[in-house]
Amino acid sequence: MSNTLRPYLAAVRSTLTAALTLEDFASQVVERHNKPEVEVAQSKEVLLNPLTISRNENERVLIEPSVNSIRLSIRIKQADEIEQQLCHKFTRFMMQRAESFVVLRRKPVKGYDISFLITNNHTDSMLKHKIVDFIIQFMEEVDKEISEMKLSLNARARVVAESYLAAFNS
Amino acid sequence: MSPPEVYSLAQTSITSHAFNADRSEVAVSLNTKDVTIFAREGHEWKATETLSEHDKIITSIDWAPNSNRIVTSSQDRNAYVWQLSPDPQTGRMIWKPTLVLLRINRAATHVRWSPNEDKFAVASGARAIAICSFDPEGDWWVSRLLKKPIRSTVLSVDWHPNNVLLAAGSADMKARVLSAYIKDVDKKPSPTVWGEKLPFNTICGEYTSPTGGWVHAVGFSPSGDALAFASHDSCITVVYPGGPAAFTIKLTSLPLLTLTWTTENSLVAAGHDCQPIVFSGSEGGWELTGSLDDPHSNKSSGGSRPGAPAAGRLNSAAFNTFRNADSRGISSGPGSAAAPATESELFTVHQNTITSVRLYAGVPGNVTQVSTSGADGKLVVWDVNQVTPASATGLAGKMAGLRI
Repeated sequence: MSNTLRPYLAAVRSTLTAALTLEDFASQVVERHNKPEVEVAQSKEVLLNPLTISRNENERVLIEPSVNSIRLSIRIKQADEIEQQLCHKFTRFMMQRAESFVVLRRKPVKGYDISFLITNNHTDSMLKHKIVDFIIQFMEEVDKEISEMKLSLNARARVVAESYLAAFNS
Repeated sequence: MSPPEVYSLAQTSITSHAFNADRSEVAVSLNTKDVTIFAREGHEWKATETLSEHDKIITSIDWAPNSNRIVTSSQDRNAYVWQLSPDPQTGRMIWKPTLVLLRINRAATHVRWSPNEDKFAVASGARAIAICSFDPEGDWWVSRLLKKPIRSTVLSVDWHPNNVLLAAGSADMKARVLSAYIKDVDKKPSPTVWGEKLPFNTICGEYTSPTGGWVHAVGFSPSGDALAFASHDSCITVVYPGGPAAFTIKLTSLPLLTLTWTTENSLVAAGHDCQPIVFSGSEGGWELTGSLDDPHSNKSSGGSRPGAPAAGRLNSAAFNTFRNADSRGISSGPGSAAAPATESELFTVHQNTITSVRLYAGVPGNVTQVSTSGADGKLVVWDVNQVTPASATGLAGKMAGLRI
């Protein structure tokens, strides 16, 4: 883990732990409804101040807490066009399978690459510190995953190019 | 020095619990539409009855000890009073529901019987509190609404021992003391520190939470001369209106959700930290005394606690890894929920948020035991005198240890 990553993840972890203090809260706008307040945003007093944690200009996390749900959005590092493509495909792949990730949101918040929506039902049925661990581990691994994919893509391109150009060599 | 009695009632979360007068039965809502009544059998609790009438999640239950009636409130905007009466066909004693005309149009969030058990208060998301009293002519419970200064969902209510005053904590960051005097039911109340003339809907006090958090819990002291409230900014505030003085204790840990007074000079509060915390003080000042839970002693006992569920023991990191591999097709990589080398159990008795703490043994003013229930499906009875002091490392140090 690099030196800047550790305090960044520690800040995300403690913010997330504090934000995951959710409770059941029925809508005070619509009768008999119970919705994540951070998504409907119709009662101002139950929304807390959103918080951005930035590692650098390309990598940041937005945490939007409310009384019964929080939304966490991640901007993944994208240094060049290949990384942009890979990141897009990777997050799209996961968001199409959002049900199996339980806390994943189907669409990212604008300006971010991937969003999670955690509601009070999730914190009731799952261990809270495990949800935090999951998010942190996701953040740790996603960079690694994308740079690995980039390396294998480059390696593959090199092999293809070599075998193609070998035809002209003889 | 007895360890806390731990009962695992369910795998789902317990939204609310209420014991009967002799503590032989407990009514709980397991995050469903039904109330389940458990009866004690030795060290076990057996589900004996299910009360189903609501059609949304039940938010709160209260069991009147003397008149033996249960009142339930739910997110379907209704409340029911349940009374044990013989079934006309079989003659068996069953719980019969009586409808309450609440006249609210949002979820009911919290309900409490008044000390004389002739009224109850229902907090609601309709920015109102319904004070209900029985109307024998119509054979139903009618309500009057406390509406005026409330600007958001009321999260909790608590009665003053004089049966007239009511404290309410709401999501507009305020705790209030209001008069719930109903002419037909109450005798004229004698003057208290909160005020002398108390017609319905008099505001006797309004207190803002120190740094603007939703007020999750309110509680009158046994004498009724002090009010404590816990807010989402991790503060607990004790107000003496006679003083006038308010003492705020800022915690370094997560917010508290529920509180109950044990004596005139101490109270127990619990919440997202999964352990009941004891505060003590007087009109001179208040301080954090310690915790009823000792995370270090629990660590050694591990999963061998009495009543620990089999599924709880299975709930280890290794189990999660395999379950993820099985159900989600993830063996490692970005989706893996199981962090290696991380203990999956917390060191506290409760494994998730404590949502309700109620007095269990003793009389108001001299409580010896309290019961807690939480989102982990456990019901725990604690001895309030067995406090683990906030030691040199402090409670905060232990909390930091919990968050591995």
